[in-house]
Amino acid sequence: MIQIDQVSHQIGGTPILHDISTTLPKGRLTALIGPNGAGKSTLLRLIGRLEPLQAGRITVAGHDVATTPTDRLARVMAILGQQTAIASRLRLSELVAFGRWPHHKGRPGPADRARVTQALEAFALAPLAHRFLDEVSGGQAQRAHIAMAFAQDTDWLLLDEPLNNLDMAHARALMSRLRALVDHAGRSVAMVVHEINYAAAWADHVIAMKDGRVIAEGPAAEVLTEALLSDLYDAPIRVGQHLGRPLVLHHV
Amino acid sequence: MRLLPALSSALLALMLASLTVGAAQVDLRAVFRDPQAMLVLLESRLPRTLAVALTGAALSVAGVLIQALVRNRFVGPDTSGTAEGAALGLLAITILWPSSPLWLRMIAASLSAMVTTALFLAVIRRLPVREVMLVPIAGLVLSGVLGSVVTFVGWQTDLMQYVGTWLMSGEFSGVISGRYELLWIAALAAGLAWFSADRFAILGLGDQVATGLGLSTAAVMRLGLAVVSMVTAMVVTTVGMIPFVGLVVPNLVARVMGDNLRASLPVVGLAGAVLVLACDLLGRLVIRPYEIPAGVILGVLGAVLFLVLLHRRPAHG
Repeated sequence: MIQIDQVSHQIGGTPILHDISTTLPKGRLTALIGPNGAGKSTLLRLIGRLEPLQAGRITVAGHDVATTPTDRLARVMAILGQQTAIASRLRLSELVAFGRWPHHKGRPGPADRARVTQALEAFALAPLAHRFLDEVSGGQAQRAHIAMAFAQDTDWLLLDEPLNNLDMAHARALMSRLRALVDHAGRSVAMVVHEINYAAAWADHVIAMKDGRVIAEGPAAEVLTEALLSDLYDAPIRVGQHLGRPLVLHHV
Repeated sequence: MRLLPALSSALLALMLASLTVGAAQVDLRAVFRDPQAMLVLLESRLPRTLAVALTGAALSVAGVLIQALVRNRFVGPDTSGTAEGAALGLLAITILWPSSPLWLRMIAASLSAMVTTALFLAVIRRLPVREVMLVPIAGLVLSGVLGSVVTFVGWQTDLMQYVGTWLMSGEFSGVISGRYELLWIAALAAGLAWFSADRFAILGLGDQVATGLGLSTAAVMRLGLAVVSMVTAMVVTTVGMIPFVGLVVPNLVARVMGDNLRASLPVVGLAGAVLVLACDLLGRLVIRPYEIPAGVILGVLGAVLFLVLLHRRPAHG
């Protein structure tokens, strides 16, 4: 379980998060949704200790992120931030292999190599494994970064808009891979999603945020309602049904 | 992995050639019978050859490290205020304590280089990430400002001759046994960096990824800063700054091998040694028995190589 207690955050004097207290359940796929600037990414980055905590307390599986050594946390949770252009020229296989670094600290064993191969295959990167990061497309680089987080093999996987740059087929494959991770391997996943129907179709738990506050949280079917979404996005939104799950008709 | 044996043989061949080239004729086959030849070999040729190779290797590795620290390919220890910082430290200790022992001068040069390089890192942290070319420009400006401070102080205190040997002309003709051994420390520092190669490679992936993998970025930054500053300070004091090596060699090797530093750092070191040794040999040959400083040759060759690299850089900088 990830426990968030009274977390507030400012960036350059502008308040981004207001006194947030919530929990992300263990063994579930949790989606953070909300309009641009709601504070979803900031909250995820605070959980993943990519930003220092200013006020409040966050624990991940009992580890206080402010006080637990960062290399210890790297074996509890893997976080993938939003991609920035990097100058590094690594082969995709080398990048994914760094996902094992928190475990072996420079001395990879056979188990580490097997895990890397598995991650490369899981994200259809095996044919690209020897290509350099600056020689593949944005979507392929994105998949390599996800594969690295996947190879880190932690109880918690935190992803900030992982569907960016991915085409439909790879986006769906990623969601189904994450679903399998939760259902069969007992892992917990938290992700910021922009396209709300991915949350509607795959998430167990949804946290809706607006203006730095949590305005609703609960099972996907309870949160993704016409009234709530229309209020969340300040626009009339219809919600239909498809195969027993909500289908948000936001594009028509 | 064929690069490693190829470069090793090239270095060995160049080192042998370097032992035979110079104002005095030395026949390598006759050294055991000819005490004069032995003297030249042990007191001058061998120290010079080693000094050149150590300098090239250490500066190239320092180049990789500074590029990982600033996450930009277009900087080197000669364009990040490091060399000027070392000269500033040397100048200060020369003025304040003219008879100070050598080790103290080394420490002063290293610490001062560390301060100015840290200043460079602090400056570029405030630059927008996407402006790739602002980082080298900031480095050049900082180097220029620090260099003019060094020149001003050197001029006022009548120490311009020293300043010239530190910053203007990187050359090896003055190297004799007993006056180059500090370069072993530089090479040792660069060698130690290999044990943290993975950490520097992860640092190069950005703060976000590095933190996610549980790397303490501040500690790695400090280590890199220390190695780059020490290497540069030793080189500046013993032979003077050699331009372009720390910039060009890391780029050339990365183009072929990528940035898996654990595999590429030994190649970078060897390639740097080969490049500087080739330039030093060339400098000894073109107007023999006189010499052109290796730094001058590298200035020309390095500038050309750099322009080629700039022109053919990959899409993501």
